[in-house]
Amino acid sequence: MSEAKQILVEVTNLKKYFPVKNQLFLKQKLFVQAVESVSFFIYKGETLGIVGESGCGKSTLGRAIIRLHEPTSGKIVYNGETIFDSETKTAVPMLPYRRKMQIIFQDPSASLDPRMTVGEIVGEALDIHHLYSSKEERRDQINQLLDEVGLNTEHANRFPHEFSGGQQQRVGIARALAVRPEFIVCDEPISALDVSIQSQVVNMLEDLQEQNHLTYMFIAHDISVVRHISNRIGVMYLGSMVELAESYELCNHPIHPYTQTLLSAVPLPDPEKNKTRQRILLEGDIPSPINPPSGCRFHTRCPYATEKCKETPPELKEYGPGHYAACHLLDEKA
Amino acid sequence: MAENKKLIEVKDLKVSFYTPAGEVKAVDGISYSLGYNEVMGVVGESGSGKSVEAYSIIGLLQSPGKVIGGSITFEGEDLLAYTPEQMRQFRGNKVSMIFQNPMTCLNPVYTIGNQLMEALLCHDKSISKEEAYNRAVEMLKKVGINNAENRMKQYPHEHSGGMRQRAMIAMALICKPKLLIADEPTTALDVTIQAQILELMKELQREENTSIIFITHNLGVVAEICDWVSVMYAGKIVEQGRVNDIFYHPQHPYTKGLLASMPRLDADSHERLIPIEGTPIDLLNPPKGCNFAPRCSECRKICLREKPPFTDMGDGHISACWLHLQNKETQKDAGEEKPEA
Repeated sequence: MSEAKQILVEVTNLKKYFPVKNQLFLKQKLFVQAVESVSFFIYKGETLGIVGESGCGKSTLGRAIIRLHEPTSGKIVYNGETIFDSETKTAVPMLPYRRKMQIIFQDPSASLDPRMTVGEIVGEALDIHHLYSSKEERRDQINQLLDEVGLNTEHANRFPHEFSGGQQQRVGIARALAVRPEFIVCDEPISALDVSIQSQVVNMLEDLQEQNHLTYMFIAHDISVVRHISNRIGVMYLGSMVELAESYELCNHPIHPYTQTLLSAVPLPDPEKNKTRQRILLEGDIPSPINPPSGCRFHTRCPYATEKCKETPPELKEYGPGHYAACHLLDEKA
Repeated sequence: MAENKKLIEVKDLKVSFYTPAGEVKAVDGISYSLGYNEVMGVVGESGSGKSVEAYSIIGLLQSPGKVIGGSITFEGEDLLAYTPEQMRQFRGNKVSMIFQNPMTCLNPVYTIGNQLMEALLCHDKSISKEEAYNRAVEMLKKVGINNAENRMKQYPHEHSGGMRQRAMIAMALICKPKLLIADEPTTALDVTIQAQILELMKELQREENTSIIFITHNLGVVAEICDWVSVMYAGKIVEQGRVNDIFYHPQHPYTKGLLASMPRLDADSHERLIPIEGTPIDLLNPPKGCNFAPRCSECRKICLREKPPFTDMGDGHISACWLHLQNKETQKDAGEEKPEA
């Protein structure tokens, strides 16, 4: 992490609602409340991990920050410049920012155009931003990018289907790196890969971060991977951030009941520890984000829920240095 | 493995897929046996043949896949000699299977209840419809589905992923099979739901004394539920043993590599992951020697020439690697360093 801890991305009360197809006879319009009032910031040079179960809005959040999904409301500040603010109706053109903010997608086979060669895929970003002065320079840049992600220069003439999943993901990473960004949203970059390949890609992402001074927002559902790569971790549940803390602090001293359950649910590769470990099992499933529970969204499954949890939604508050959580119970304890 | 009677014994099973590009040896000579009331985990990456092996037990191998050698014995009977009709009776009755994706395995146009009862009525002609209904409701309650009577009337799309997987488990266990094959049953689920399902499977296994073959790529899940583990790589079992032996004393370089390459939630500090370099081999052109040799950090000359035999480490723990033999005997390749144990 940088010494001065400069804030690179700041998000305030970000909301993203998706309209549900109108149902006949239903007057009221329905929305999937994918991201509900999320506020946080990312320091320059750090990796912020976002974990949560499927449907908790973590990918939507990542995409909304780089405005691949236009946020419904809220404010996004990048490096001191406001790029979106619903109150002042600001929405700046994103093209210049695409050079600074990039994304790596989850499924490499779906996010690479099957009709383009790897050279074209990586070079396309260079074309759009006019990052070269001659054909030779363009080729050299592509070769260098492929080299950086551990591919050979002759791979530039091949098509995505000729590669394995791990190599395809490397192409996806090279494409994101092509414009030399400062900030990359990694949207589950390794969950589609085999176990033995995952660690290769994780190590590569760490190396690239060091070499290029990148800032990552690392989205994944596997908390052990997130813990490994992140400086800080945010935990999401049903569209809202429930806890945010330094990764060691979060994994060893979780204070929100949901984080505690999530951590205890991860099976450890250690048979003896699994036998002795206390497990918190949740009842039931995640409620629908179309009609989320009132108050704290976790109250339907929370073992400690009280009347207050059903009525008022808790706010994200700081309970320790840099340790944020949203839970009413913590107020009572304090 | 232990001396007691075996439920299923697989000997030198070979399954090949004949594709236009050539023969793919998806499963290449694997052997294991599983006793009553035991859980065995089969771990491996995608393409290691772990699902194919399970499909050949239950007779669901799809063309162009073919069993070309070996034997599968279930309670003393040769499964490969079964006629399709015998196999049909065998499936669901004695062996049943839970698939990875519950949505694609449940029929979307029939209710859950209908599908559960069908499994019963198919295998037991003497059972009446009411009896089948009652047993189906009872089974749904057992797998933790609240409001089972109403759930019986619902279609699969009205259930969440975890609920569907519970319904699948109910369907698999309703005929009280002796062996349950679970093919990545929790991979499509979230961790909190996965924890629920694993807990449920452990409970049911204890109650019904079912043996389970649990196929997964998640080592954490294996450590959680299994008694025995087989580690597969490119169609072969590379290491097999009791769960504690595999996790605390892994012998094969691949098993060691897998364990070292995983980020661990219980690690104390930030350690760099040690990945297994390279990619899995192309099964169309398998190497002449050990399948893992091209990626192995301790590869010797002999590894590239010949397939390694199994070395017995005691208590059913076996591992196929030349390193073990070299440690025991004299060095076969002169001029090479002696590997560490």
